[in-house]
Amino acid sequence: MSEAAAPAEPALIAFRGIEVAFGGKPILTGIDLDMHKGEFLCVVGPSGCGKTTLLRLAAGLLPPSAGRVLYEGHDIVGPQRDVAVVFQDYSDALLPWRTASGNVSLVYETLGTPRDERADRIASVLARVGLAEHADKYPSQLSGGMQQRLQIARCLAQEPKVWLMDEPFGALDAITRQSLQDEILRIVADTGTTVFFVTHDLEEAIYLGHRVIAMKPHPGRIAATYPVDLPHPRDQRTTPEQPEFMHLRRVLLEFIRGTQT
Amino acid sequence: MRLRAIDWRGAVLPVGVLATAEIAARLTDYQSSSLPRPSEIVAAAATALLDGSMLHATAQTLLSALGGLAIGASLGLIFGTLMGLFVIFNRLMEVTVESLRPIPSVALIPIALLIFGLGYAMEITLIAKTSFWPVLLLTIAAVRGVKPRLLEVARLLRMGLIARVFKIVIPAALPGIFVGFRIAVGAALVVAVTVEIAANPLGLGYAMMRAQESLRPDLVFAYLFWVGLVGWLINAALLWFQRRIFGTVAFRARP
Repeated sequence: MSEAAAPAEPALIAFRGIEVAFGGKPILTGIDLDMHKGEFLCVVGPSGCGKTTLLRLAAGLLPPSAGRVLYEGHDIVGPQRDVAVVFQDYSDALLPWRTASGNVSLVYETLGTPRDERADRIASVLARVGLAEHADKYPSQLSGGMQQRLQIARCLAQEPKVWLMDEPFGALDAITRQSLQDEILRIVADTGTTVFFVTHDLEEAIYLGHRVIAMKPHPGRIAATYPVDLPHPRDQRTTPEQPEFMHLRRVLLEFIRGTQT
Repeated sequence: MRLRAIDWRGAVLPVGVLATAEIAARLTDYQSSSLPRPSEIVAAAATALLDGSMLHATAQTLLSALGGLAIGASLGLIFGTLMGLFVIFNRLMEVTVESLRPIPSVALIPIALLIFGLGYAMEITLIAKTSFWPVLLLTIAAVRGVKPRLLEVARLLRMGLIARVFKIVIPAALPGIFVGFRIAVGAALVVAVTVEIAANPLGLGYAMMRAQESLRPDLVFAYLFWVGLVGWLINAALLWFQRRIFGTVAFRARP
C-alpha cells in the first residue's frame, strides 16, 4: 500500500475539521483528510457531494467556513503557483485569443521567466503533451482532447508540486480519455507530483489512483476510503481485468447505488 | 480588396429615388428656390469637391470627431473597466453617471463656449462627452461578462492587477467594447456636425450653414448627402475591421 510509510512524514495537504456552508446550507461537513507527497488520490461521489468544493479549498479559491486547510503545514490563504488546477471546461479555461504557445507563455510571463528562455520552455512543454506541431494554432482550431492537453501543458509550465484535477476528462470521448489518463500517469511518474483527482467515473478513479475517497451528499462528507492495491505502471488492457480492479469497481458501484436511494 | 463587405444592391433605392426626382423635375419643368433638382445638387457637390472646400470642411469635422473620440473612448474604457471590475467603484459612480448621461451634448454648448470659446477645443470636448457613454456602458457590461473561469485562471497564477486587466479582462471583453466604440463613432459624427451648425465656425456643419445663408440650397443638399456618405463609409470601414478582427479564429468561440 502506498501510504504504508506515510505516517512518518507530514501530509502535503491536510484538511482538518472542514466545514463549508453557503448561505447557511451545509455543503461539506467533518472533512479530515491527509494527502501525502507523491500520492494519486481520487475522489468519487454523486453530484452534489462537494467533490469540487473540496478541490477549490485545496486550490485556495475558497476559504472553509470552519476548520483548516494546510499545505506543507501552513494554512492555505490563497492560490499558490506550485499548485496547478486542471478544469473540466477546457474551452473556458483557455485564452481563445492566444495560440497554444501563447497560452503556455501566459505562465512564463506571469512567473517572470526571462524572455529569451520562454520559447524553448514553451516548445518543450508543448512537446510533452504532444502538441509540438500545433503551437501556432488557436484553441478554436484544436479538438477537445487537444485543448485539454493544452490546459495540462499550461499547468506543466507552472512546474507544480500538486495537481488538482476537476473531472478533467469528463467531457472527452472514451478513446481520448484513455490516452490522456495514461499521459497523466506518465507525467506524474516523471515528476513525482501529488494529484487530487475528482471524477464521477469509478473505473477511472480505480485505474489512476493510489487511493479512492468516496463521498456522500447532503451534506458532503467522506464516506469511505479504499486503497487501490494494483501494480504500477497501469495498463489499459490488463489492469481492468485484475480481480482487485473488478472487486473495487463492484464495491464502489454498490456504494454509489447506496447513496442514491 | 473585400468589396463583398459592401452589398451594392443597397444603392438601388437611393439612386432610384434621385433618378425619379430628376426625371419628374424635367418633365414638369419644375422650378424652386428651396428644393433643387438632383442634377443641380450633383453639380454643386462636384464644384465644392474640386475647389477643395468640401474636403477641407470634411477634414476639420473628422479631426474634431477623431480627437473627441480618442479622449472620450479612452476615458470610457478606463472607467468602464474599473466599474466593471470593482463593485465598489461602480456604486460610487452610479448616481453621477446616470444623472450626467441624459444631458444632451447640445445643451452643453453654452457652457463649452464660455470655457473654451469657438474652435476645436470646444467641439472636441463635446464629442468626447458624447462618445464616452456608449464605450463606458458597453465596457462595463463586457467586463462583467468575462467568463469567471478565466478570472480564476488569473487568480491561480497570482497575476497582478495590471497583468490581469491587460492580459485577461480587456482581450476577453474586446468584442463587446468594440460595439460600444462603433456606437460612439456614429454619435461623434452627429455631434460634430450639430455643434458646427449651432455654433462652431468649422467643418461640414458650418459649410452647410454658410451655403444656406448665401441662398445655395443645391450646396446645402450637396453637403447633406456628403455627410451621409462619409458616415456610411466610416461605418462600413468599422464593420469590415470588426469582421477582420473578431471573425477570426482568435475570437471565434468553439461550439
